[in-house]
Amino acid sequence: METTKKKNFNLRSLGVLVLVLYIVFLIGPIAGLDVPTIAASIKANPLQLIQFLIIGISNGAIIAIIALGYTMVYGIIELINFAHGDVYMIGVFTSLTVLSLTGTLNSTNPVQIVLGLAFALIIAIVVCASLNATIERLAYRRLRNAPRLAPLISAIGMSFIIENIGLMWAAQAWLVPSFGTTGGASQKVFPDMLSALFKATGFNGGDVNLLVASGLPLRLTVKDILVIVLAVALMTGLYLFVQRTQLGKAMRATAQNRDAAKMLGIDIDLVITATFLIGGGLAGAAGLMAGLYNNTAWWFMGFRAGLQAFTAAVLGGIGNITGAMLGGFLIGLLASFSDGYLNARWTNAWVFATLVLILLFRPTGLLGEQVGQKA
Amino acid sequence: MLELKDVHTYYGNIHALKGVSLTVNQGEIVTLIGSNGAGKSTTLRTIQGINRPRSGTILLEGVALEKLPPHEIAGRGVAQSPEGRLIFPRMTVLENLEMGAYARKNKTGFDDDLARVFSLFPRLKERITQKGGTLSGGEQQMLAMGRALMARPRILLLDEPSMGLSPLLVELIFEIIQNINKEGMTILLVEQNALMALSIANRGYVLQTGEIILSDAAAKLKENEMVRKSYLGIE
Repeated sequence: METTKKKNFNLRSLGVLVLVLYIVFLIGPIAGLDVPTIAASIKANPLQLIQFLIIGISNGAIIAIIALGYTMVYGIIELINFAHGDVYMIGVFTSLTVLSLTGTLNSTNPVQIVLGLAFALIIAIVVCASLNATIERLAYRRLRNAPRLAPLISAIGMSFIIENIGLMWAAQAWLVPSFGTTGGASQKVFPDMLSALFKATGFNGGDVNLLVASGLPLRLTVKDILVIVLAVALMTGLYLFVQRTQLGKAMRATAQNRDAAKMLGIDIDLVITATFLIGGGLAGAAGLMAGLYNNTAWWFMGFRAGLQAFTAAVLGGIGNITGAMLGGFLIGLLASFSDGYLNARWTNAWVFATLVLILLFRPTGLLGEQVGQKA
Repeated sequence: MLELKDVHTYYGNIHALKGVSLTVNQGEIVTLIGSNGAGKSTTLRTIQGINRPRSGTILLEGVALEKLPPHEIAGRGVAQSPEGRLIFPRMTVLENLEMGAYARKNKTGFDDDLARVFSLFPRLKERITQKGGTLSGGEQQMLAMGRALMARPRILLLDEPSMGLSPLLVELIFEIIQNINKEGMTILLVEQNALMALSIANRGYVLQTGEIILSDAAAKLKENEMVRKSYLGIE
């Protein structure tokens, strides 16, 4: 018994080793892994490393916030909510539309810009929370006791529906004039409101880059700060909610054992609705953050963001909230360094190769735990 | 207090309960004995609303439970220490006990109840900050019972409290069940360990493949030849 176990382990390690060597030496160079060049470029411009770190953390923060929605829903009902990335896309469009309708986009009054942004954040959270809860009510609730594939298919269906709503939304120039008359398929501009805000105030010489005065070839912008601060605030809030409040505890109890939770008087429907509301709200906030950070709005943007966030959730250990945060930051950093030093076209491949490698060693993810019920 | 009338429950196409009728009176310990797969746990799960009866009525103090969702049934004072304990493995002992009181609308007396559970199960107090999943089997059983008591139930359903425990622990758990009952708790006890169950119960029912085939005072069931042969293993 003992020897076969050992033998199996050795065989597996050997397999993994072969895979790693294969990726590094055969696929690696094609996908941009050129060690001497990378070393030379780090040597020539070491500050760039910090630059990619900043970009990675900011993008990672957005991915982490989206990943929380995947992981919370999976933790409670063991469903991958494929529509979640698209809810985030609706968050981008909602905040852009609110900014447009309130006149914030053309404003040069700093107070109005700040109020407009705050209002857009609230509306995006409310809209996405309700949308996500509605999706659950329409597409998942009736299928809760159906075979696992059924809600998965309806999730994919919801994803298509919302993407098409985004496609139509992006054609409505009366809502946001900059959408233009070319239809909804193209990528739209999400105006750089933070630059506008800084120009309006004249603060920091009207530049969003806080390091501009230092003369260093580095950009640490107000956008980075805003995204990171907002993400950390949301994560802290979520953590406290789940650990301390009665409803948060009910959510954890439901995730750990649904039957026991029912027996103790927890209203499962209420808990599930709350989970979708919170996940959707976070996606809405991420929508505004990403719009301000990347300055694009596109009907299909939820697909890639969703895929990355889902990967982050799996990497951290699906069902685990801290894991999703960790996974988000890791993927953000990995993608940023791959974009910078390897080859941007191969970034997704690098991200997934890393995911596969980590799952080979830790099948439940970095902070993975056994989710689901045995009874 | 609790009355089941002709309750039928199905798992898909499997007819698990074929017209179960039973009564539990205020202050009694009633036991439901039977072999594996007879439908004992299904009966408790049906009372709790986890499984829905296809027909029949379940009355708690005259109020029909069979159409209510599980959380409302719990809210009306039905608490259960389920088969397999089903404690929350990644919550602390204290959090598990807090969840027990979830259905209670008023939380006054929470500290008193906690103190009472700790006096019944001193071991839990020693483990208060430990995660449920790290407890031993006996401690998990205590936690499941303590959690059910935190709801201040009107009736306590116990599903196989002796399962997987050492004989010494079984003695202890049954002593505690008797103590809880003496304080006025009505108990419906499901057990495979029929001898132990019948020795503390007032009355008993024998369940066989989804049907009640016998019911009598516990002392009389203990003397019943069929029960002795099939469930007590005494010739």
